[in-house]
Amino acid sequence: MLEVHNVRKAFDGFQAVAGVTLGVARGQIAAIIGPNGAGKTTFFNLVTGHLRPDAGTVVLNGRDITGLAPHDVCRLGMGRSFQRTNIFPKLTVFENVQAAFISHRGRGLSFFARVEGLYRDETYAVLESVGLGDKAGEVSGFLSHGNQKQLELGIALASEPDLLLLDEPTAGMSATETRETIRLIERITRERGLTLLFTEHDMEVVFSIAQRISVLHQGRLIAEGTPSEVRNDPEVRRVYLGERRR
Amino acid sequence: MMTRLGRAPWPLLVVALALLVPAVGSRFYTFLANDVLIWALFATSLNLLVGYTGLVSFGHAAYFGIGAYTTGILMKKLAVPFVLAFPAAGIFAGLAALVFGFFCVRLTRIYFAMLTLAFAQIVWAICFKWNEVTGGEQGMPEIPYPALDWMDRLPWVGDLRTSDHFYLLTVLLVALCLWALRRIVGSPFGRILTTIRENPERAEFIGVNVRRYELIAFVVAGAFAGLAGGLFGIFNRGVFPDFAYWTKSSEVLIMTLLGGMGTFYGPPLGALALILLNQQIVSYTEYWPFVLGTILVVLLFVFPGGLAGAAGIVSRRLARALRA
Repeated sequence: MLEVHNVRKAFDGFQAVAGVTLGVARGQIAAIIGPNGAGKTTFFNLVTGHLRPDAGTVVLNGRDITGLAPHDVCRLGMGRSFQRTNIFPKLTVFENVQAAFISHRGRGLSFFARVEGLYRDETYAVLESVGLGDKAGEVSGFLSHGNQKQLELGIALASEPDLLLLDEPTAGMSATETRETIRLIERITRERGLTLLFTEHDMEVVFSIAQRISVLHQGRLIAEGTPSEVRNDPEVRRVYLGERRR
Repeated sequence: MMTRLGRAPWPLLVVALALLVPAVGSRFYTFLANDVLIWALFATSLNLLVGYTGLVSFGHAAYFGIGAYTTGILMKKLAVPFVLAFPAAGIFAGLAALVFGFFCVRLTRIYFAMLTLAFAQIVWAICFKWNEVTGGEQGMPEIPYPALDWMDRLPWVGDLRTSDHFYLLTVLLVALCLWALRRIVGSPFGRILTTIRENPERAEFIGVNVRRYELIAFVVAGAFAGLAGGLFGIFNRGVFPDFAYWTKSSEVLIMTLLGGMGTFYGPPLGALALILLNQQIVSYTEYWPFVLGTILVVLLFVFPGGLAGAAGIVSRRLARALRA
């Protein structure tokens, strides 16, 4: 589904991502972990087109998408959520998700149609599935942090992606919220038959749902495998798991 | 009671009221109302950029000026009838907006604003210097009124002055333009523009080609500013380079802020307020800019939503008080 080959990105001589090769198979739940500053978010931005890699290729569904603009990448079936919550704060919850449908279904250039009822059923279906059905009319900027994260997931789903990239979907959440969000993500991925690639700093989350884990450290992959393989990798224990136990 | 008031066909009532001005008011009030209407359209076109797309243009007068010169030159020098010269103002202004906008939308925030200003100053300089076509510094006086003989045959309005006939035409055309803009703002396209205002980065990742949408908004806003300019040249009985000068750009921006950007009827309200205030305060004091500045500062701090925002807050309070 997604094949990333040897991508590199440097900022002012600092190698943020120093040659990463990684593949995600269709239907897989894959995670990238690594300490802060390991290059996880930069790696995501390279995949989604927000940054152009200095070298390397990104292939989605057999198509080379290296260097395409984010809006084109999005159209080719990739949905994304951001680490810092990234919604349209002054629009209502309904409007946030509806806008994504409008864009995805190519209705953005209708100048005289009325927008109100457009994609109403689809939008409510997405809101129900992310657990925001009762909050459709609320201004999204006033939602709780947890709800905003749910909304972000809803916006990503409205682009009807095959591959979903989630950048720290539980960042800043309480333990309860985290558990609920993970259950939600797992359910949606299963229901919609999505392929999922996410970054996370919470070990418990990662080991509970990921089928494959890649460990990033100083811009390089230092380990890759099933959760148990990664857990027992001495290098990983040294740079990451050990660090967190201190 | 408030909900019943809210459901009244306000736009139609305002149009009807505006049509009555020449019959009831003096020549001066008709003049004032004509001024307000044209500026209302100009300010609303700017609001499509500032309030809905989140693009602050400091050079919107460029398109107003281009529209004014287009209609003016066509009608005065080439004797083209108004029915063609008026839409031409929108088309030429829109084309200019397409060319300038192509570069402007590549920049963001203050850089965008500065580039719009720079282009507007270029337009002004061309109008100022190109004597053969624009009349240069002297401008182009005596733009003819459109042929409105058909109005003579209508009951009630037949006896009015030519300037009143032109006023009635302005009411209808501005109403039509505002209706079109209202539809655009309430369309799927308008919704996409608000996502760009709220969060361009996110908008990109729901698949929106942000630059392209910004450019389209820029062209639409420029075209409607051009239409406003086309009317203004005739209303003003002449077209002058200062139509495209930066002070006009700032004036229309002040109207938009004063009235409340992001609400559709804010900018027309701002145009009304600014022109009436100007008229009133100028007759009392020569320190009119000082008074206006003070009003703006107070308004921006107390009611960041402008007059329309303030009206909204007051009416909601009133509704709550009435219900209690």
